[in-house]
Amino acid sequence: MQALRSKARELLATKTVQVIIGYARGGGGRARAVFVREAAKADALVFDDSCQQNLAVYLSKPEVRKLGKAALVATPAALRAILQLAAENQIAEGELLALAVGADDVVPLTTFAAIEAHVAARDGDWSAAEKEELHKYEAMGLEERRRFWEEQFSRCLKCYACRAACPLCYCTRCTVECNQPQWIPVPAHDLGNLEWNVMRAMHLAGRCVDCGDCGRACPVNIPLHLLNRRLIREVFTVFGSRSGRSAKGDNALSTFKPNDPEDFIQ
Amino acid sequence: MADFNPKIVAFVCNWCTYAGADLTGTSRMKYAPQVSIVRFPCTGRIDFMLLLKAFAGGADGIIVSGCHPNDCHYSSGNFHARRRWVVFRGLMDFLGIDVRRVQFSWVSAAEGAKWAQLVNETTDRIRRLGPFADYQRLRGLGVG
Amino acid sequence: MNSMEKDTRLIGREALAKLFAQWLGEGRRILAPRRNGDKVDFAEVETPGEVSLDPVQTGQSPKGALFPRVEELFSFPSRDGRVELRERDLAALKPTVVFGLRPCDAAALAALAAIFNWDSADALFSARLAALTTVGVACNRCDEYCFCTSLGGGPGATTGSDILLTDMGGGEYLAEVISEKGRQAIQGAGTLFQPALGKDKESRLARVEKAFDLDKVKPALEALFDDEAFWVEQSLRCLGCGACAYVCPTCACFDIQDENGRRLRCWDSCGFGLFTLHTSGHNPRPLQSQRWRQRLMHKFAYMPERQSVLGCVGCGRCSRACPVDMNILEHLRAVAEAKP
Repeated sequence: MQALRSKARELLATKTVQVIIGYARGGGGRARAVFVREAAKADALVFDDSCQQNLAVYLSKPEVRKLGKAALVATPAALRAILQLAAENQIAEGELLALAVGADDVVPLTTFAAIEAHVAARDGDWSAAEKEELHKYEAMGLEERRRFWEEQFSRCLKCYACRAACPLCYCTRCTVECNQPQWIPVPAHDLGNLEWNVMRAMHLAGRCVDCGDCGRACPVNIPLHLLNRRLIREVFTVFGSRSGRSAKGDNALSTFKPNDPEDFIQ
Repeated sequence: MADFNPKIVAFVCNWCTYAGADLTGTSRMKYAPQVSIVRFPCTGRIDFMLLLKAFAGGADGIIVSGCHPNDCHYSSGNFHARRRWVVFRGLMDFLGIDVRRVQFSWVSAAEGAKWAQLVNETTDRIRRLGPFADYQRLRGLGVG
Repeated sequence: MNSMEKDTRLIGREALAKLFAQWLGEGRRILAPRRNGDKVDFAEVETPGEVSLDPVQTGQSPKGALFPRVEELFSFPSRDGRVELRERDLAALKPTVVFGLRPCDAAALAALAAIFNWDSADALFSARLAALTTVGVACNRCDEYCFCTSLGGGPGATTGSDILLTDMGGGEYLAEVISEKGRQAIQGAGTLFQPALGKDKESRLARVEKAFDLDKVKPALEALFDDEAFWVEQSLRCLGCGACAYVCPTCACFDIQDENGRRLRCWDSCGFGLFTLHTSGHNPRPLQSQRWRQRLMHKFAYMPERQSVLGCVGCGRCSRACPVDMNILEHLRAVAEAKP
């Protein structure tokens, strides 16, 4: 943590960046996002297991971009989000500095190539527990899954905290806000909730970087990240494609291979 | 289930499947009359939400059909559709929606017989699966 | 305000179960905090055994009993080329007991009524309110997010409760019958209660320290209105999701949508980016900082001014639910202490 604070002080003092987007101590043992603009305030920065929020979400916020060039304290998921945002032309080379925080050091990553290398060196598969979580639902069988999700979506409030928390949901005019036609019903009734959650999962297919903030943000504890994970696995096993590993290239659903599988097509 | 008359909605592309279905008709081949055909320029234009809207509107089964790969009138629309369908089927299954209720297919303008067979087989299958009551029941839920 | 004499009794847990049975027998539905995984929220229950008063506060408020998440206002089915207008049958609304709401939630009813019956009486809301009986439960514990006492409320306050229960320990509840509705709810159940001889309610209540001087807040807000930097600073991490408005017991902004021949009213939030978007394309609150300012101004300046009631009861749900820890209490302290 000291390494992080010193680095932050240095970056601000030398005016390399105008703002450090990082974590500070919040209420109830939580961490919260902080935007440090003065070297003297760098001691507010913390980094530990409570620092889970994907701070890359702030890269799409005009009020934050207005603060100037930023250094972002990046969890592995945030690094992937930065690469994916770059691949989607939402941030340009040189607009951002990523700070990858290790056990007792801080690695500043100034180029997308550096971030790519850093991510690749630490890339891995889901843990056994994470795989087990997904398998648990598949083992349920169709009818049980249907009842499970029906109950979950009956509690959805359509607060769109999942959308707001996601760094890849950066559309200034979201599809749910289109009312000609009203694709996704505004009221939070069961059918509309299902349609919203399907829409969200599909619009993130091939793009989601698996940070889990959607499920964390949900005020009624719907395990939304499961939907995204199921599609991450589908996209990887069927198309060999993973988001957030390169600052260039197209999403799985924006491209195709002539020999993509089609065994279900008559 | 004997009295059940399934509602089938078919989303088809104009250049291949729609023309193919036309050929079925001009060839005087009969096929199950429960299908309602909706014409699109290309399968690439068929949004996955439309399938859900069809179910919400009372469809018990859906057919999605277009040009064979490499034959797309717009070159690559069906390639993009194909990828989208793979992902969407995975999601539907995960949510507990029976993917057997959606039949994807490539039917060319020359395949009049294939169209008839496709519709007949799909209608039969949906008849055996029964009405899609679980999905349609969702419509009334959650309104105070 | 009623001229009822103070009516305080004692009731045991088993007797409470009989009271529940009596309410169900009278055709009432009972909504109470019920555990669902690791959240506790208001849901239909039949016995006190299903009720969980463990957490300091439920995730969502009980406002859904008066202002449902989605509600049909009326319908207009079309038949034989003619459109028929069908009003809601208000008499068919089921009488409801909301059991286990905290004093802060009970106080919120006044704010909701002030909004819905402000310049015209909202028939549907008022019908639901008339059919509602509130049986509150005082707070033995609080957490760092609670601030009812800063707003004139308290862990044992009776405002808004038709009956207020206080857990006295040993399976006994002090029962204060506050209103005529409360008296009616226990009509015929007199034998379920015992006299409350010398029970000290105060000793069982949580200690909620006053956090700020409410009198300073409204004038400070008004003085700070044009201080852009102040509002940007407070709201930089806000994501503009609707969680705070939706879990809040007093937030009542709504949208109206027509679907399949039904006019539906549903929850909305001033935190959404397009909440104030005009058809012309102009948006008077295009920045999150302006929308955050609106939240505080509405609750602590506009509502007191126009409806003579605060738009906040200090329940702390917004802060607990906020994905980025926006902590309204912290922000209110900052406002109250801001140098003009």
